[in-house]
Amino acid sequence: MNEILFGYLSFAILALSIAAITRKNPVHAVLLMIVMFFHLATMYLALGAEFLAAVQIMVYAGAIMVLFLFVVLVLNIREEEKGERFASGWPLGISLAAGLLILILIITDKVLTGRQGQFTQAVILQETHTKAIGKLLYTQYVFPFEVASLILLVAIVGAIVLAKKRLG
Amino acid sequence: MPDIGAQLWLLGPEIVLAVFAFGVILLDLVIKEKSVLAYLSIAAALFIMFTMFGRQGTAFGGMFLADGYGLFFNFIFLTSLCLSILVSLKYLPVERINFGEYYGLMLFATIGMMVMASAGDLIMVYLGLELMSLSVYVLAGFMRQSTRSNEAALKYFMLGAFASAFLLLGISFTYGLTGTTQISGVAQYIKDNGLAGNPVLAFTTILYVAAFGFKIAAVPFHMWAPDVYEGAPTPVTAFMSVGPKAAGFAVIGRVLTVALGPVSSEWTGLLIVLSILSMAVGNILAISQTNIKRMLAYSSIAHAGYALLGVIAGGPEGLASMMNYLLIYTFMNIGAFTVVTLLRTEGVKGEDLSDYEGLSKNHPLLSALMLLFMFSLTGIPPTAGFMGKFYLFVAAINAGYLWLTVIAVIMSAISAYFYLRVVMYMYMKEPGTVIPVQRSTAGRVALMFTGIAVLLIGVQPTGFIQMARSALAGFGI
Repeated sequence: MNEILFGYLSFAILALSIAAITRKNPVHAVLLMIVMFFHLATMYLALGAEFLAAVQIMVYAGAIMVLFLFVVLVLNIREEEKGERFASGWPLGISLAAGLLILILIITDKVLTGRQGQFTQAVILQETHTKAIGKLLYTQYVFPFEVASLILLVAIVGAIVLAKKRLG
Repeated sequence: MPDIGAQLWLLGPEIVLAVFAFGVILLDLVIKEKSVLAYLSIAAALFIMFTMFGRQGTAFGGMFLADGYGLFFNFIFLTSLCLSILVSLKYLPVERINFGEYYGLMLFATIGMMVMASAGDLIMVYLGLELMSLSVYVLAGFMRQSTRSNEAALKYFMLGAFASAFLLLGISFTYGLTGTTQISGVAQYIKDNGLAGNPVLAFTTILYVAAFGFKIAAVPFHMWAPDVYEGAPTPVTAFMSVGPKAAGFAVIGRVLTVALGPVSSEWTGLLIVLSILSMAVGNILAISQTNIKRMLAYSSIAHAGYALLGVIAGGPEGLASMMNYLLIYTFMNIGAFTVVTLLRTEGVKGEDLSDYEGLSKNHPLLSALMLLFMFSLTGIPPTAGFMGKFYLFVAAINAGYLWLTVIAVIMSAISAYFYLRVVMYMYMKEPGTVIPVQRSTAGRVALMFTGIAVLLIGVQPTGFIQMARSALAGFGI
């Protein structure tokens, strides 16, 4: 059962992604992407990563999607549909990406797993992901957490400076 | 957690700077005279510079390392912060971008660099890099009314996001292989388990070199540099040609020479290719530039190539020569950019090489200083640039890279052509139109300070190289 679900999800994610980038109409592309995000979240859920699944829905299907829709809002869809779908450098881009993929495929069977930490599968099942991540985030990783808050502040200040500031 | 106070004390420089950064952004709401914020930022940087030394230890379970290496780089970052702010004071009103957030973002970028240089964990390397990069992307696009500035910010952002993705992929592979993200832990695991020669690790190395190569603008990851340097506000260009570059080198020192130290043969070859390409492409393409900011962008690519020699040579001597060179580069490059900034006045861009024709007739002192900086960038004695290159080349030769040093010397000779062309324009051509110069006391202070530093290190070079060598005590190489 699990194999069938995994097979379906992988196939659907691939097909939806390819469909999303080949659409000329941005609205269609964005809608296909939302469906893809939900499939990805289901996959995380099937793998037992419930926290990641929730974050996937909230951040990608929620926040990032709204951002995309705002961009689509300011596009002129009729004009967009007339132009070429891909930028002129796409053969180079696709060959670079293919090269990277081949490299990763070559090395995959050489991956050795490093030492296991304190969070084994049994511990996770007992504690749940959300609790384990929350605990770590506010103890061992509190310093990275604080630095991340600075990054968000810079992003907010930067957005206001670039978008809202009246010119002197 | 053991004694939180002692750990926070180690983080003192970053915390003080963060407090000032918040302060600057908040005070911006009530203070009309923005130069107050600039002086506040400089005061913060100077205060930290004089109080930060002597800190030693690790904080937050090895996430943060306070050591001589990090503090030396902090000194470079804070120096470039002070100088860039001094240069900005009169430039911002001319460009109509005199906003307080400018100084706040500069401070945040510096905090990011300091976190990078003191990172004891790959996660901190990444977060510091993002904090620095995000601030600098915004600063590059600060001139909202200028399309070139917008283009610069967007280009930098797009390619920077790419580099971040490479870095994250590298970090996750490292974590998968070793089960840790701690820099010293990674090195230990590789050594204990004989991971040398593992293809996944080799691939990870390539990802790191690509990500850091982008930050230091080394060929072939340099495509963004000329456009971004040209489009960004000139003081920001000065800042980002020095600070983020030094920060990139700081994490190269931590990640490549420490974490991946046991497999140094795998990345040394890559860095040699990067170094040769950077020196060749940077110096040769600089010759055909007519915009001085673009020319200095290519020159900064070439200087990344020289500084890589120190990393390639490795060991305390190689790294010390690299750190010394980056400090010297800070003075001479910001000095040169200060002159470029001072030529920007109301209605005059002052970025073209032709603007320098006969400059010595009208502004003899400014021209003399520009001559000094150009000599230093070329590497002509008795300037600091010569001593910096000297230590780099000695380190490379001692490590057995004589042929690489020969290439570097040849490339330096080529670079003389375009640096000295500026001097030739200033002294041997008749002035076309009189180019006015900003009446900026702060700019003059920056100019005087960099000029004195370049001369002083040139005749008395041992101080900083000794400082760099002793900073490396206990670094773990």
